Amino acid sequence: MAVTTVSTVEEKPKYKVVGTRPIRHDGLEKVTGQARYSADINLPGMLHGKVLRSPHAHAVIKSIDTSRALALPGVEAVMTSADLPQPSGRVADLGEGAMMNPKFLSNNTLASGKALYKGHAVAAVAAVSQHVAEEALSLIDVEYEVLPPVLNALDAMKEGAPILHERLFTADNPFVRPGGLRDDADPEGGSNVASRFVFEMGDLEKGFAEADVVVEREFRTKAVHQGYIEPHSATAMWNRDGHVTIWCSSQGQFAMRDQSALILDIPLSQIKVIPLEIGGGFGGKTLVYLEPVAAWLSKKTGRPVKVSMSRQEVFEGTGPTSGSFMKVKMGATKDGRITATTASLIYEAGAFPGSPINPGVQCMFGPYDIANGRVEGYDVVINTQKTAAYRAPGAPAAAYAAESVIDELAEKLNIDPIDFRVRNVAKEGTRRLTGPVFPKIGHLETLEAAKNHPHWNAPLEGPNRGRGIAAGFWFNGSGPSSATASVSQDGTVILVEGSPDIGGTRAAVAMQMAEVLGIPAEDVHPSVGDTDSIGFTSTTGGSSVAFKTGWASYEAAQDIKGQMIERVAYIWDVSAEDVELTHGVFHHKSDPELRFTFKELAGLLLETGGPIVGRAAVNPEGVGSAIAVHIADVEVDPETGKTEVLRYTALQDVGKAVHPSYVEGQIQGGAVQGIGWALNEEYFFDEEGRMTNSSFLDYRMPTSLDLPMIDTVLVEVPNPGHPFGVRGVGEVPIVPPMAAIANAIKAATGVRMTNLPMSPGEVLKSLWDDEEGKNAG
Amino acid sequence: MSKKIHVQTNINGSDIDLLCESRQSLLEVLRDVLNMTGTKEGCNDGNCGACSVIVDGRLIDSCLMLGVEAEGKQITTIEGVAYTDGLHPIQQAFLENAALQCGICTPGFIVAAKALLEEEPEADEARIRHWLAGNLCRCTGYDKIVRAVLDAGKTMTAQSKSES
Repeated sequence: MAVTTVSTVEEKPKYKVVGTRPIRHDGLEKVTGQARYSADINLPGMLHGKVLRSPHAHAVIKSIDTSRALALPGVEAVMTSADLPQPSGRVADLGEGAMMNPKFLSNNTLASGKALYKGHAVAAVAAVSQHVAEEALSLIDVEYEVLPPVLNALDAMKEGAPILHERLFTADNPFVRPGGLRDDADPEGGSNVASRFVFEMGDLEKGFAEADVVVEREFRTKAVHQGYIEPHSATAMWNRDGHVTIWCSSQGQFAMRDQSALILDIPLSQIKVIPLEIGGGFGGKTLVYLEPVAAWLSKKTGRPVKVSMSRQEVFEGTGPTSGSFMKVKMGATKDGRITATTASLIYEAGAFPGSPINPGVQCMFGPYDIANGRVEGYDVVINTQKTAAYRAPGAPAAAYAAESVIDELAEKLNIDPIDFRVRNVAKEGTRRLTGPVFPKIGHLETLEAAKNHPHWNAPLEGPNRGRGIAAGFWFNGSGPSSATASVSQDGTVILVEGSPDIGGTRAAVAMQMAEVLGIPAEDVHPSVGDTDSIGFTSTTGGSSVAFKTGWASYEAAQDIKGQMIERVAYIWDVSAEDVELTHGVFHHKSDPELRFTFKELAGLLLETGGPIVGRAAVNPEGVGSAIAVHIADVEVDPETGKTEVLRYTALQDVGKAVHPSYVEGQIQGGAVQGIGWALNEEYFFDEEGRMTNSSFLDYRMPTSLDLPMIDTVLVEVPNPGHPFGVRGVGEVPIVPPMAAIANAIKAATGVRMTNLPMSPGEVLKSLWDDEEGKNAG
Repeated sequence: MSKKIHVQTNINGSDIDLLCESRQSLLEVLRDVLNMTGTKEGCNDGNCGACSVIVDGRLIDSCLMLGVEAEGKQITTIEGVAYTDGLHPIQQAFLENAALQCGICTPGFIVAAKALLEEEPEADEARIRHWLAGNLCRCTGYDKIVRAVLDAGKTMTAQSKSES
């Protein structure tokens, strides 16, 4: 495998477990079909729920008559938003900056007053089988007053545009993403712009005056779906004592608990969420959709209720990421120094406020040191699905625009695109346009690795072929995290953590514990606890788990280590200060005769004072940001406009790769999602706002046949903020691909693609436009 | 509710009698009637391959076949891939190559790979990519899956040589 690890640290710490490639702990269950995902649960007496969805993109719900549905044999309950308490429109903090507008969250779960997109849930039924439930949906009579929809942000911002939320005001604080509603006393009308904000630094006028070349471009990207293969499913049992158990797959069992409690208006301690295996999330499983519905239907019927989505419902009823309109202007001197930049980003939030405009703005120029700049962001509601987070939310579209313009500047100045980036590279101490100053980051090292890579230096011959490169930045996240670990008598350690495992994090978290204790990775048995079994742990997102829960695991291991050293000291009747743990062996510092292996001591615990349980509850700072540089070779068919990816290399500063195979996997998967976004994927809507490609046949994600191998290079610039140097790795690889491929298409055809996706039709159109332009000129 | 139909079939080597509705797909029968949830639903319209099973030697999407059509057939699901004393080489290769992340598509890929490698253990990368194009994976970008299937093919070839 063409995998290189470039270490930039001369005296590398020697780890026994971190950096190795053990077989993942949950692997056997997943290759044999035993692992249980959200839809795999079947309980005695269980009912099946289905959700009725609006056929209109924008409509007043005048009345809902459920009587015919309730009369169908086998139907046990029907619900609408009238059955839910309607929470206030005041923004609530669900902890750690997870700002939510409870009213919007509730109304996205079940529409109240108006249906705001085609596919918006308006009612739900519970019946003895899925087929009966489906039949019952057709018997619910909803009277709609259809309103004109507004289907893109530019239209939504126009004077006189249909207004989605009559009381939505335009916030100017970039950090309050979910939007707020006016006080009742405030008479002013609503706006579709939920927020608008500006970040500014330096002197723009001076910066552009110093530029020898200025490039200005506009870009448009479309909504794309996270595309996880597992549809949403939730099962709930509401006991007679008011306690609710919810089985579901999500990126955060605590988020599901807290959001469900908010919508159902019950204390969160009355809800236990049991996390089942998650079949992909990519940000899209961070919000409740079905959980409160299943819970209420169970309350009403006294039986467990499972509600599952079809693939069409996943496309029409859950979050894609935002479509965007972007303008970028950037100037540089002849010697390749960027002097100033401006950008305006308009992100479509869908039906409720909360597009990832803030991280888009923050990450857009992240890889570079730019003294003068101004970035403006808009969060705009339109009559489409409420968007949800998608891998490095907001950053990929912004990077597509920024990196396309950078490529054009380098070309105009006749400077190698890597050299151009090196001349402007952000380093430790560089202040980003949006304020924060970089700690140690490996952008330069990653660019140098790209420059030296055989791919960059290989000749690319043949007509209609081109090579492109682009960089990407994602700041990465952290958050509260908990872990407990019990030492078993046989010397293994049972680790319970709170982070749902989307792609191999059980292994990465367990390995950090094993490293501290000096035992093999296989001797730590990790599992993900339910909300009653482990302390609060923030959602699996922001590429945070290997960092924050790895840290919790590290701290819990230190706790165990400390307690075991004390136990050894007690047994030997020596001072604990004289006992050390080295590579899994406890020994006396000066008496070589005194030694216990970890396993030997574990077997003595019960008779020497009792069991040992380590615990940790952390909220670590010291997040290390992520930088990626991707190289793409493409061939464009001038007859069909189809772009084939011939070769692809993804280089990334990964801090320290705990389990390199799964780090490579994250990079490969992120790159391929980006390739799909670049070339194929988009939501198509008809004029009434109905999605017309809501199946995997028509919403075409990359298949194995569409791709080459994805080569990866792990550049290790350890994050000084983590015990093992870990940086989040999962999200940043989706940031560079769109620009890398656009830049490659430019090299292949001479045409710069400014709309995503660069589908065959779009490429042909651009080729023909270019031809006409040349003929005319 | 429609009347249930008696079906006699063979799943993973065991003769099975079951009752199902005529409108239920084989996927529903496996998951909801027999509680064999290793076979996954990703799309229910034949576009993702998560529900792949082998019926009389042929790879199919079980969401596109009716349960009643299982009458008299030999069906292999993910639950029937491992040996009693260990994993199948394809399963082992998936583990060793880290060819899964979330794992929801994995049963379908393993069943699809089995259908290929039992006929063509020496299938090359191009053949494997073509064969697996009916199975969607959103996590891995397919790189490690293709490598795992190549590795498994080598193991199976070596095994059949040592047996003969």
